[in-house]
Amino acid sequence: MPQQGFSIRIDGVEQDFGDFPALRDVSLDIQPGELVALLGPSGSGKTTLLRVIAGLNAPDRGSVYFDGEDATNLAVQDRRVGFVFQNYALFKHMTVADNIAYGLRVRPRRQRPSSADITARVEELLRFVQLEGLGKRFPAQLSGGQRQRVALARALAIEPRVLLLDEPFGALDARVRKDLRRWLREVHKETGLTTVFVTHDQDEAMELADRVVVLNQGRVEQIGTPAELYDKPASSFVISFVGEAVALPVTVTDGHVNFAGRELHIDTHGLRSGPARVFFRPADIAVATGGDAELEGRVESLRRTPAGVRATIAIDGFDQTLEIESPVETAATLGDKVPLSLTKARIFPAEANGFDHIADGI
Amino acid sequence: MSDAVFTSPPAARSRRRPRAVTEDAPSARYALIAIAVIFLLLFLFAPLAIVFSEAFAKGVATFAEVFHEPDAIAAIKLTLAVAAISVPANLLFGLAAAWAIAKFSFPGKSLLITLIDLPFSVSPVVAGLVFVLVFGAQGVFGSWIKAHHLQVIFAIPGIVLATIFVTFPFVARELIPLMQEQGTVEEEAALTLGASGLQTFWTVTLPNIKWGLLYGVLLCNARAMGEFGAVSVVSGHIRGLTNTIPLQVEILYNEYNSVAAFALAVVLAGLALVTLGIKTFLEWRHADQLAARGGRRH
Repeated sequence: MPQQGFSIRIDGVEQDFGDFPALRDVSLDIQPGELVALLGPSGSGKTTLLRVIAGLNAPDRGSVYFDGEDATNLAVQDRRVGFVFQNYALFKHMTVADNIAYGLRVRPRRQRPSSADITARVEELLRFVQLEGLGKRFPAQLSGGQRQRVALARALAIEPRVLLLDEPFGALDARVRKDLRRWLREVHKETGLTTVFVTHDQDEAMELADRVVVLNQGRVEQIGTPAELYDKPASSFVISFVGEAVALPVTVTDGHVNFAGRELHIDTHGLRSGPARVFFRPADIAVATGGDAELEGRVESLRRTPAGVRATIAIDGFDQTLEIESPVETAATLGDKVPLSLTKARIFPAEANGFDHIADGI
Repeated sequence: MSDAVFTSPPAARSRRRPRAVTEDAPSARYALIAIAVIFLLLFLFAPLAIVFSEAFAKGVATFAEVFHEPDAIAAIKLTLAVAAISVPANLLFGLAAAWAIAKFSFPGKSLLITLIDLPFSVSPVVAGLVFVLVFGAQGVFGSWIKAHHLQVIFAIPGIVLATIFVTFPFVARELIPLMQEQGTVEEEAALTLGASGLQTFWTVTLPNIKWGLLYGVLLCNARAMGEFGAVSVVSGHIRGLTNTIPLQVEILYNEYNSVAAFALAVVLAGLALVTLGIKTFLEWRHADQLAARGGRRH
C-alpha cells in the first residue's frame, strides 16, 4: 500500500521546559520518502523534536513545514501524522481491531468510511503487519513485538503524511529488536512514507536510516548519512557517540600536537593553541613497523583470537588501555614495549560542546 | 514460572508438610482471622442487626406506619433530592479537579491537592458554621441574599452546599492516583489519530477511569445521604421542610420515639446496603474486564 511521502522542514525550532532548554535553534530538512533517525543520549531533545513535528509540543520559537506548508500552528488532529509511541499507547480497553479502526471511526460523519470499508481496511492492515486473526484480542494478550505492530497498523490506518516513531524498539528484547528493525525497513520501503524515528542506539540508527541527525543538549551536532558520520564526524561528540573512539588529551602549540612529551603528526587545520583531544577509532591504531612510531605502549595481556592475537596495551602517559589485534607472526610478548602509530585521527578543541558526555559514551 | 514449582521436594510428599519460611504459624493466622471476625461482628454487624430489630420491635405494621408520617416522607424526599443534586455536582467537580491535577502541571498544584482534602480534615460542624457565617442573615453575603429574596441558610440550598462541601473529596481522591498512573499517553495517541478533545474524553479517558469514577460516586452518594454534622448546622431543623433522614432520626430518637427513629435508620442503612450491593454486583459482572486491566484495582 504505497502512500505519498511528504517533505518536512524544521526551521529554527527552540523549546524550553522552564529553565531547561530542550531544543536550541534546530533546523533540518527531510526529503519526501526519506528514513531519518534522531540519535542522541537521553535528554538530548530527540523525543521533544519528534513531538514538535507531530504537534504534541508547541515550539516556543521556529516553524515546522510539511511539504512547504507552514504547519506550526496546525493542531495535532489536523496534521495527519502517524505517531508510534514508545510504549505503544494502545487503548487497553479496545480490541486490536478497534484500536486500528479508531482513527477512521473518530472522523466526522462525512469523511468517515462506511463500517464495511473500515472492517476491510482493518483486515488489510492486520495482514500487512502480519497479525491476521488477532483482531479480537486485547492488547494485554499480545507480546511486545505484536503490540508494536498493532501500534504501527493503527498509525498507518489514517493514511498519514509522515510516520513518526519514538524509540520503536526500546522496550523489546534484543532478538525481537533485530527482527523488527529489518521489518521496519521493509515497511518503509513498501509504504514510501517519510519516516522519522528516535533512538539512543547508534547501531539502530546507522543500520536503518538514510540519514542520521545527531542531537546533543538540544542542538544538532551533525546531520549526515551513516558513512559521513563515521568518516567525517563534525564534532568530538559525534566521533565518540557514533562508534567507539579513544580520546587522547593533547596540547596544541602553533600547529604542533603534543601528547605526553611526544609529537603526534596530525593536521590541526588551524586549531588554536591550547588543550585539545585527539580521537581515533580502535581500528586506526596499529603496531608501528617502520620508524614512524608516534606512541609507545606496554603489552598488558594477550589473548588468542581466530584471526590473530588481541593485545591489551597501556599507552605511556595515558590511563586508558586499548586493544589491538595483530597477526600471529608480528605479535609481541607480554610486558614488551611496542611502538604504535595512528593511521587516522581527528583533533577537536578540549572545551568542545558536550564533552562531558564523551566519558559516558565510551 | 520456574521448574522448582512443579518438582515437589521429598519433604512435600510427607503428610505433615514443613511450613514454608514465608508462611506464618497457623496459630498466628487463626488469631488474626479471629480478631478480624470479632471486630466485624461487634462493630459492624451487631449495630446493623440492632437497627433492624429495633425498627421491627413492635411489628411490621408499626414499622410501616412511620412511612405514612408526612415529616418522614418529606425527610426521605429531601435526602434523595440533596443527593441527586450534590452527587452529580461533585462528579463534575471531582473529575475536573482530578483531570487538572493528573494531566497538567501548574503552579499551586500541591496547594490544590491539599485543598481537595480539606473537607476530610475539617470537622463537618465547622464547615456548617462557615456556611452560616458566609450565607447567613448576618453573613458576608447576607444582605445581598436578603435583597434578592433568597434563602440559603435554614433552607435547601444551604443543605445542598454543605453536602457538596463535605462530599467533595470522594470522587477526586479516587480518580487522582488512577489518572496520574495512566498519564496522558493514550489521550495523545487519540489526538494524533484525529480525535477531538471531547471524543478523546468519551472514548479513551472515561473508559479508563470508569471503575474509579463509579467507586467515587458510590462513596460520595453514601456520604451525601448520611451526612449529619454540617447539614445539622445549616438546616435549622424545620420538620417537614429542612430535615434530612439523619436529622429526622435524631429528633425522633430524642423524643423517645425509638421505633420511628430506627425505622428511618433502616431506610438509611438500606440505601447504604443497596449501594454496596450495586458495587459488588458490578464487580462480579465485570470481573473479566477488571482482570484484563492487570488486576491493579484497589
